[in-house]
Amino acid sequence: MTRQILELTIEHLLLVSVSSGIAAALGIGLGIALTRRVSLRQFVLSLAGILQTIPSLALLGFLIPIPLIGGIGQKSAIVALVIYALLPILRNTITGILSVDPAVRESAVAMGMTDRQILRMVEIPLAAPTIMAGLRVAIVTTIGTATIAAAIGGGGLGTFIFRGVASVDTTQILAGAVPAAIMAVAAEGVLGWIERKLSPFA
Amino acid sequence: MPAAVEFRNVTCVLGGRPILRELSLTIDAGETLVLLGRSGSGKTTALKLINGLLRPDQGAVLVNGTSTTAWDSIRLKRSIGYVIQEGGLFPHFTIARNIGLVPELERWDEPRARARVQELLTTVGLPADFAHRYPRQLSGGQRQRVGVARALAADPAILLLDEPFGALDPVTRSEIQRQFAAIVGQLHKTSVFVTHDLREASRLATRIGLLHNGRLEWIGQPDEFPHATTEEARAFLQCVE
Repeated sequence: MTRQILELTIEHLLLVSVSSGIAAALGIGLGIALTRRVSLRQFVLSLAGILQTIPSLALLGFLIPIPLIGGIGQKSAIVALVIYALLPILRNTITGILSVDPAVRESAVAMGMTDRQILRMVEIPLAAPTIMAGLRVAIVTTIGTATIAAAIGGGGLGTFIFRGVASVDTTQILAGAVPAAIMAVAAEGVLGWIERKLSPFA
Repeated sequence: MPAAVEFRNVTCVLGGRPILRELSLTIDAGETLVLLGRSGSGKTTALKLINGLLRPDQGAVLVNGTSTTAWDSIRLKRSIGYVIQEGGLFPHFTIARNIGLVPELERWDEPRARARVQELLTTVGLPADFAHRYPRQLSGGQRQRVGVARALAADPAILLLDEPFGALDPVTRSEIQRQFAAIVGQLHKTSVFVTHDLREASRLATRIGLLHNGRLEWIGQPDEFPHATTEEARAFLQCVE
């Protein structure tokens, strides 16, 4: 059993890293783009908000018949996890960049920085703690949510939990729940520490 | 030689409201023109028209004989120093990096940029070891000195100052004013200085321009100002008496 716990923990970690990685790239990239496009911002945020309200089991169910991104297995699970992780990252990226002191931004423009330089040298560094907070929330949530991946054969620690629920075996449920909880607490600690490291100027 | 800055019949409208109306004004190289006026008189707008932060809706603003709309907008900004109230310093940059920003953007080599930063710290009267500090570790007056040093970094011919010393206590303020006057005189910079303080204007200006409701109401030398007869000039005089 110990061996299996280890295997499934690694599988779980992989699910979380891949989906968080994709969500981070997508969320931060899209978030930055949306700070430059006022008209689309509210629409995309609302859309991400609506996607997040879909119950997770239902979302997995919807994904099964969809070709390319759906089906049975890890692929669907990752797509679902990305969808859930997207909103906090997107929202914090936008908030972080838009809350940069207007006087600082104006002086950047007045110094003759190009838009790209302002983004890279001023806005992103100053928004980094807020963006990091979004990532932290997204990752910690994903660690929990990833347990439902097992419902469609996505593997991970949820495998134990579903098995335990089906056979009314508390030990099995704990074998899945405890490592997931530990993982979440550890992630919260590490990411919170990085966040504080990024904000010595606030 | 063309004037350092020339406003030709400039009107600027912001949010549907004309902020500056038909402003014509020539600023000669080496002079310190102080634009005096109350809040909303259009003085900051005039300043932002010079470095292209704003564009005129009518007329033209010429810098070294070329219209600001014809200048490459980045080049224009990098060749004009700009100081604002509270400094507008980058909180995540050290003092050295704040001061050396334009040289960094202009890709000066390391040793030259570093030497320039040290030189400027001395110019504005700050100790050399301030280079490694962050803006939040400095007092308001020290931050304003950094703001002035940053504006001077790439040796621009023109300096724009938007109420740079407005938030300082009176003692620090008068001290920094005196030093600023000395620096500008020594370096032969053309500066345009915005303030609502007549005392400050009289102390620093070679000429004072009085703006009222977006119009240039009076312009002349500081010692002529007490004889100005416009209503707004009298209002300002009354405050100092």
